[in-house]
Amino acid sequence: MIHISKRVDFTLFKGKAAGLNRYVGWGVRLIAVLLSLVVSGLIIFAITRLNPLKVYGVMANGVFGTPRRTWAWLRDLALLLCISVGLAPAFKMRFWNIGAEGQVLVGGLATAACMIFLGGSSIPSVPLLILMAFAAMAAGAAWGVVPAVFKARWNTNETLFTLMMNYIAIQLTLFFIPKWEHPKGSNTVGLINAVTNRGWITPIVSADAISKMDQNAWTTQLIRNTVGQSYFINVLIVAAITVGMYFYLCRSKHGYEIAVVGQSENTARYAAMNVKKVIIRSMTLSGAICGLGGFLAVAGADHTISTATAGGRGFVAIIVAWLARFNTFVMVLISAMLVFLEKGAIAIASEFSLSNDVSNIITGIILLFILGSEFFINYEIKFSKRSGKGA
Amino acid sequence: MLPAGGFAPPGICTLKEGMGLENISKVAPPEETAAAAERVPAVRMEGITKTFGPVTANDNVSLDIYNGEILSLLGENGSGKTTLMNMLSGIYYPDAGTISVNGKPVSIRSPKDAFDLHIGMIHQHFKLVNVLTAAENIILGLNEKFRLDLKGVRRSVAEICERYGFEIDPDKKVYDMSVSEKQTLEIVKVLYRGADILILDEPTAVLTPQETQRLFGVMRNMKADGKSIVIITHKLHEVMAISDRVAVLRKGAFVGSIATKDTDPQQLTDMMVGHAVTLNIDRPEPVNIRKCLEVENLSVVDIEGVTKLDSVSFTAYGGEILGVAGVSGSGQKELLEVIAGLQPARPGSSVIYTDMEGRTSSLLGKTPMEIKKLGVHLAFVPEDRLGMGLVGDLDIADNMLIRTYTDGSSMFVDMKKPRRLAEEIVHDFEVVTPGITTPVRKLSGGNVQKVLVGREISGKPSLLMSAYAVRGLDINTSYTIYRLMNEQKQRGAAVIYVGEDLDVLLELCDRILVLCAGKVSGIVDGRNTTKEQVGLMMTHLGLPEEAAE
Repeated sequence: MIHISKRVDFTLFKGKAAGLNRYVGWGVRLIAVLLSLVVSGLIIFAITRLNPLKVYGVMANGVFGTPRRTWAWLRDLALLLCISVGLAPAFKMRFWNIGAEGQVLVGGLATAACMIFLGGSSIPSVPLLILMAFAAMAAGAAWGVVPAVFKARWNTNETLFTLMMNYIAIQLTLFFIPKWEHPKGSNTVGLINAVTNRGWITPIVSADAISKMDQNAWTTQLIRNTVGQSYFINVLIVAAITVGMYFYLCRSKHGYEIAVVGQSENTARYAAMNVKKVIIRSMTLSGAICGLGGFLAVAGADHTISTATAGGRGFVAIIVAWLARFNTFVMVLISAMLVFLEKGAIAIASEFSLSNDVSNIITGIILLFILGSEFFINYEIKFSKRSGKGA
Repeated sequence: MLPAGGFAPPGICTLKEGMGLENISKVAPPEETAAAAERVPAVRMEGITKTFGPVTANDNVSLDIYNGEILSLLGENGSGKTTLMNMLSGIYYPDAGTISVNGKPVSIRSPKDAFDLHIGMIHQHFKLVNVLTAAENIILGLNEKFRLDLKGVRRSVAEICERYGFEIDPDKKVYDMSVSEKQTLEIVKVLYRGADILILDEPTAVLTPQETQRLFGVMRNMKADGKSIVIITHKLHEVMAISDRVAVLRKGAFVGSIATKDTDPQQLTDMMVGHAVTLNIDRPEPVNIRKCLEVENLSVVDIEGVTKLDSVSFTAYGGEILGVAGVSGSGQKELLEVIAGLQPARPGSSVIYTDMEGRTSSLLGKTPMEIKKLGVHLAFVPEDRLGMGLVGDLDIADNMLIRTYTDGSSMFVDMKKPRRLAEEIVHDFEVVTPGITTPVRKLSGGNVQKVLVGREISGKPSLLMSAYAVRGLDINTSYTIYRLMNEQKQRGAAVIYVGEDLDVLLELCDRILVLCAGKVSGIVDGRNTTKEQVGLMMTHLGLPEEAAE
């Protein structure tokens, strides 16, 4: 007979795992990744007759081959991580916020609106960017707080509510695209302020300044590849949010309230918490950070707005948040891996002129193994002989 | 001079390694071995072992059940009584050991197998469909014919009821039934399916003394009809009243079985616990009594508009334990929750709290936070321990924070104090846990309660309210809880103790408030009232003299 028993217990507030050595856990995950590489290697060979090692090499090269590619990876990683971190307080409170997609989109919309309407104003760049970030957070917060208020007041179903808010955000974007379209007739917004770069997140050290430095010094190279990159600020902002959110959730009074409300409203009331206030406050925060994700996508990466600005990241972030069990540091690893797979898949597809489906197969296999390994980490499987004459 | 080997003097029953167990048989009851050695037991369980992960629920247990007897299966919580019986009723399958029914070895793999062997179990938590009638519940799952023969069912049900003295209305919907009616229905359901061996899992836990007596009457009728009945319980006086034979389990192992007439509660307790226990509950005389809580004309209506409390008035004094008795659902929960600020009361109600300095303040219409800010040291041990008092997924230390997390002006919580408090509680109350970072969900019921009570009294309460504080706890832990209640009383706290075991209420409490359907039936003195009087007051409004008319 096979016995399956749970062995890992997570304490909710501090998010610690009890019952399993953490190194064993990471060992199991590592084995899962290696196994998935072997299996997808076999499948790659069976379908395409390509050398799997070469394929993986192309994948790695496609993501880390040049500093530019690495920075594109970091940019996408930061965006996905930002949204996942934003979802953490909601999910930890057991508030099923599947509206991140919409919250990102309205955040992006607010950012784009600021760029378009304030681009010609005399506000200096840094205050303008700060203003844009706040506008994006306000828009995202509004999208998050509406379902929260309804949930707190009338106990409506937040899953449906947040999902439907996504469609409103998409329709709203579709409404504004023709109004802001550029060039006329393209039915896209195009690069906003392409000439002035107003409202674009720019490198801390400009390319001009770097060109004046000693080109042979290794420090110049370092500066060029870190603070000289425009995505550096994206990464910096998300890193700060990630660390901040960890301490907010696992050490602060608010984080404690979130953990208790998520477990039992009765206990929360017993503990003299204002449940409604906690729900509304946490969802405001969640929506605001997702909205900030929209700001990073528009001001820090795309410099335009379309219905694809969020690009499904609002949903992928749900996987990231859950796999990490709301530990924001684990989210870094998971989003890094997911973005790597996504970018690597595109690289093999173009290098070997394969269809996207083949790369999706690889991504799928690797994800399956990693998700599957969670089962073996969380549960213990014992094989035991059935004894006794009664059997 | 004491004999070598430390034998106990005669007359004192210690149960070390089978000493003093002359009249306890390990295999079969004494009269069986002597008179009817060849009599085949209805059920023979031999060498039954069952483990759940690292926990051994039953360890090599052997037990015989005979026709026409009532066997009490006695043991503390977690001693494996229910697990053992669940293997007989097909819910679990033993890891090792054999089960024979009427001499034939059998394999019981599902509840259906058990029914085919005429074994039926009445579980602690009823398994009835609320929206169906009694008759519909009885034939539920008996998918024999295409057409429902409800008329036939009614006839057989009436027959069963007449034979054993049940009262049941086959057309009554389950949601309209009282707990006792539901239990009767469960028994009839099992009998209808032809059970000869009935297992009742803690059947009296939810009944009033009067209902218990009625149940016992029915059980005696069934026994006279030749059926075997196993009653799982940890209430000793019931064991003495109803059973022919007692089998005792301790920590999953079979301790022994003994004819009821040859034993007494003290010996059974010693067998259950494994060492001698005093069964008396202390009741120190109240000193320095002061008015603490004055409840007047308190009425509560729930969301559905049902009146839960109707003009309840009483006063709780610091330095005494006020018991609250009543059939479950008589408004006990609402009473405590209103005082704690978790439920609104009707206009016209009043709850006045008087602090140590004699200042008074009204608690009604205030949130728990406002009550806390008033400086009321209110401790509340709610009935739903993991659903209200504690958070199952938080560890012991984090659960300490529930009362104190707002302390201090920092945005972050103080992690040190709760850890220290958790360590103190684990140490002082002997909480069995791998450590203070274990989620409380993983602890056993008794340890969960120790953590909860420990936290609540750590705040040095002036008013301590507890609901069913010993429900599901073993004898040792229960006595620890009684001791803690007494300590708080002697400290000068007003203790409100909502209980269900009338024997305990009458031994522990100074005064007992009896609730009947949300109204105060009366307040009696715990020292000179009988269980029967309280039982009557629970079901009939007013003092016993009037109710008897």
